[in-house]
Amino acid sequence: MSYRNDPYDPKQVALLDQASLDDAVAAAEKAFAAAGDPDVLRSLKPAHLGDRSPVSLARREIGALPPAAKADAGKRVNQARAAVQAAFEARGDQLAAEREQRVLAEEAVDVTLPWDRHPRGARHPLTTLMERIGDLFVGMGYEVAEGPEVELEWYNFDALNIAPDHPARGLMDTFFIAAAGGAGAAARPGPAVPSAPDASASGLVLRTHTSPVQARAMLTRPLPIYIVVPGRTYRTDELDATHTPVFHQVEGLVVDKGITMAHLRGTLDHFARAMFGPAARTRWRPHYFPFTEPSAEFDVWFEQHRDGPQWVEWGGCGMVNPRVLRACGIDPDEYSGFAFGMGIERTLMFRHGVGDMHDMVEGDVRFSRAFGMEL
Amino acid sequence: MRIPVSWLREYVEVPFDADLVEQTLTQLGLEVEEIADLRSTVDGPLLVGRVASIEELRQFNKPIRYCRVDVGEGGPRGIICGASNFAEGDLVAVALPGTVLPGGFTIAARRTYDHVSDGMICSGRELGVSDDHTGILVLPAGSAAPGDDAKPLVGLDDIVIDLEITPDRGYCLSIRGVARELSHALALPFRDPAAGPAAGATPEPPYPVTVRDPIGCDRFAARLVTGIDPDAPAPGWMSRRLAIAGIRSIGLAVDVTNYLMLELGQPMHAFDPHRLAGPLVVRRARRGERLTTLDGVDRALDPEDMVICDAGQGGVDGVPVSLAAVMGGENSEMLPDSVDVLFEAAHWDATMISRTARRHRLWSEAAKRWERGVDPRLPLVALERAVALLREYGGGDVDPRVLDIDAVAPPEPVAMPVDLPSRVAGVAYPPERVAELLERIGASVTVDGDVARVTPPTWRPDLLAPADLVEEVVRLDGYEKVPSVLPVAPPGNGLTPTQRRRRTVGRALAEAGYVEVLSYPFIGPAALDALGLPDGDPRRDALRLANPLSDEEPLLRTTLLPPLLATLRRNLGRGLRDVALYEIGLVFHPSPVRTPPPRMGVAGRPSDDDLAAGEAVVPRQPWHVAAVLAGEVEPAGWWGPGRPASWADAVQAARIAVAAAGVPATVRAASVPPWHPGRCAEIVVDGRVVGHAGELHPSLCAALDLPRRTAAMELDLDALPLPGVTPAPAFSTYPPALIDVALVVDAATPAAEVQRALVDGAGPLLETVRLFDVYSSEVLGAGRKSLAYKLTFRAPDRTLTVEEAVTARDAAVTVAGDRLGASLRGG
Repeated sequence: MSYRNDPYDPKQVALLDQASLDDAVAAAEKAFAAAGDPDVLRSLKPAHLGDRSPVSLARREIGALPPAAKADAGKRVNQARAAVQAAFEARGDQLAAEREQRVLAEEAVDVTLPWDRHPRGARHPLTTLMERIGDLFVGMGYEVAEGPEVELEWYNFDALNIAPDHPARGLMDTFFIAAAGGAGAAARPGPAVPSAPDASASGLVLRTHTSPVQARAMLTRPLPIYIVVPGRTYRTDELDATHTPVFHQVEGLVVDKGITMAHLRGTLDHFARAMFGPAARTRWRPHYFPFTEPSAEFDVWFEQHRDGPQWVEWGGCGMVNPRVLRACGIDPDEYSGFAFGMGIERTLMFRHGVGDMHDMVEGDVRFSRAFGMEL
Repeated sequence: MRIPVSWLREYVEVPFDADLVEQTLTQLGLEVEEIADLRSTVDGPLLVGRVASIEELRQFNKPIRYCRVDVGEGGPRGIICGASNFAEGDLVAVALPGTVLPGGFTIAARRTYDHVSDGMICSGRELGVSDDHTGILVLPAGSAAPGDDAKPLVGLDDIVIDLEITPDRGYCLSIRGVARELSHALALPFRDPAAGPAAGATPEPPYPVTVRDPIGCDRFAARLVTGIDPDAPAPGWMSRRLAIAGIRSIGLAVDVTNYLMLELGQPMHAFDPHRLAGPLVVRRARRGERLTTLDGVDRALDPEDMVICDAGQGGVDGVPVSLAAVMGGENSEMLPDSVDVLFEAAHWDATMISRTARRHRLWSEAAKRWERGVDPRLPLVALERAVALLREYGGGDVDPRVLDIDAVAPPEPVAMPVDLPSRVAGVAYPPERVAELLERIGASVTVDGDVARVTPPTWRPDLLAPADLVEEVVRLDGYEKVPSVLPVAPPGNGLTPTQRRRRTVGRALAEAGYVEVLSYPFIGPAALDALGLPDGDPRRDALRLANPLSDEEPLLRTTLLPPLLATLRRNLGRGLRDVALYEIGLVFHPSPVRTPPPRMGVAGRPSDDDLAAGEAVVPRQPWHVAAVLAGEVEPAGWWGPGRPASWADAVQAARIAVAAAGVPATVRAASVPPWHPGRCAEIVVDGRVVGHAGELHPSLCAALDLPRRTAAMELDLDALPLPGVTPAPAFSTYPPALIDVALVVDAATPAAEVQRALVDGAGPLLETVRLFDVYSSEVLGAGRKSLAYKLTFRAPDRTLTVEEAVTARDAAVTVAGDRLGASLRGG
């Protein structure tokens, strides 16, 4: 640009008077306001902000002013130009916002449409419940122990103070494994009968409780022992609303120095509160189990029961019978222990109001789906 | 055991309060299955009626009687009755209109069988006093007058308790035992029904008896009554109490033995001495001997069984006439015209009886008591009561001679540290309290310093060790007094890696849309046949149950699929069309060691050799995971059509499971039943096949009535290695270079191999490779397909140039070409 140093006659610098600047600004504002969309607005820019626009031409005229006037004129021209620029930008922002709003409105969808293209799966609530119980005890420092479902009779019975001729052995409704290839392999038809003395030539049974894992733990784990044992168990009951031949138990075992029934109660009370809320507590009734002495069955006070707060039978417990400790190589004069156990199905039934055992064993997807991934 | 409170009250004055009795018994550890207050079960008038006349209505297709019954009103009432076990003149129980019977059944006068029936003649079952529904209840003649209240006469003035007795409490299988327990709990005086005087042995026995095995039978006592009235019935109160206990009244002598068994806990037997030819011999049975017991079953006897034999037949050893302590024989039982009775009251070895009962599957009331232990001091008392009752109600002469062969050893004292109960319970019991509680149950106790010497009473053979005594102390003092103290466990190690893995795999499959089920592991040979498993397939080698619930399914699963497919079918049968299931569970493979495990004792820890030998017998039981799916995995919707489940979903399920386990897997084509031979993949981890996946064989789907294209996968979770410590990845933040390539290969070439060739050829600059299109057309030529891959290249230290990326791409294509004959499409 070569104008800057040209000598101008001040009379010729008409554009620098304030009225002209105000007119230029007003004209620009009017034109911008009339622009209906960003493209039109953009097309107006050269006329009002371009090199030949009034505010640009006015700036050029400043050079022609006497030095004393230049500062004032420059300030006024800059103000005018800034006003035009601001008007341009404001209108631009306004138009952009309007356009975006229009586009967003046009893009609206029906968000209530379903999108269940990938139906969710679920875990079985018995699994979830067993894990939850396991986690509770792991949090207390216990470990989760497991064992085989086809088990040696010795672990399932003998080691637990259930001698071959003990009446309790007959009450267990045991599934026996036939001896390989031998006479025992002949299927014994009809409803299962407790063991005749020759019934288990194989020495193997489907475990009738999770307690054989206790014996395994005592034989293999270093003392002290704090374990919880969830698992599958079997008895020759026909499936009905409250029985199933294949069911689940969880039991706990502690063997340590100085363990008392008070520790057992404390553990059960804590367990009950974790499962059934802060008001839960346990009540014991004397009972008999060969592997504990003293033994008790226990009820839990459950406030959220669907039929109102009440005592519910929950499980069995007791102090590990010294005979069991001895069979597992632990000195009962030095160590004592407690054990407790309960049915997972039963726990799920009353905790969640499951009305019929069939729902838990038949595998209808509607049952598990209702529980999802948590309980 | 069902017993009435009125009977208990003969020995302890328990209040007639059902709630109190139930609560007390429960706290004692005697489980109350049911308690029925019969006084309130029949609401309204139940009167004695005399049957004045009976008109048989024969026009109906079953016997119907129209009776006129005098219930002490002005005239008789007309009542329709379907039973025929009564005659004119009999006394019966009549519920008048308005009376409500157990179960809420209200009697009303109504017209039926062409007559107005103005009341009901009741059976024992209808009144809830017995299970007998074969006929109506006929009251003993002369026991009451028409119009009397019938409730006391039929037992509706009582409370009936049904008790579940645990195996250690044999003594509570009797009125004597339960009454004693109640007296402890309620602090009421107890009158022992066994405390009365009883005649002791006389030099001459009433009948000659030899006991050859004093281990199996350590006491044998007998008394004789002659000349009874064979037609004399048991008194009403006796037969009513028997009926409540579920025992049928069959004749006075036998009823007396059953009654005393319930009252005292002493099982007895009644022989007709005229059916015995000679002296009795008590001995073990010999192999080959047989006996037909009272239930009509001809039984082969075992050398361990104890038998009572008639030495008048078959030589000095005689022939068996009774399976000792379990059930009598038909050849010596009382007959309807027997006039002489030889009562036997013995004491038998609990273990022997337990084995005999199990061997013969004979769970008689007697066997149940014997195997739980019977007080050996009862026989003479029981005999005294038996002969007295028989004489009172059946007449006859009691032979003064008494047989008693007694080899019973007195109970051994148990030495218990006197502070043991306190140490076990966490409750302080002073020594005097320990002694007091144990004396209360009949033990004799001497405290000597730190040790209590406790001799249990004869009726408590279960009290053998200090722990047994501890339970008595804590129980009698009250379990509710044990405080609540939470023990602090030492730090644990959390879940094991395999436990965590099982959870993760399950959750991953559930997140992928599969629903977990827990199927029974029982299968039948037919299920293995349906899978199309060839002979010799390891999955055919299944463990067999000796006593399966169903003869159709005697085997334990060797694969999760048969039960899982059955569950799938059950869901489909319920109208659910799109079903995806998974299961994580054990399968069972017989151990190669098929000999029985070693006999291991319980006196101490078995030897390591025995433990190891036992372990070798335990079948291998690996954890498997399986998934099955049918229908659509993605349903049709407003977005478009659905996507049917396919082999690919099953393979992906396997990939998801292995990935969740944290190990890399490769997938290869395979051909293994029960999968479609062309749509079966094997999953390989560390060079080992860990499972299979794909579409099920069409013939299996047809056989199981499953939809075609049903897909499945199964993996041996235990075969997966543990992932170890996952190393952190190194990745570049420089920009990637993306290049697509389409390769034309033979249609049979596995995509996985093409991809592996590309990876091998591209070198370290290749970051990812992803197959995004599979395409075949006539243009490519028959038997050819095009695989299109998106390759992402990236250098760790710089921005790649186009030339570098193209060079790597070309190298990849070259390897694919060399290895698999792949050519660039359009190249």
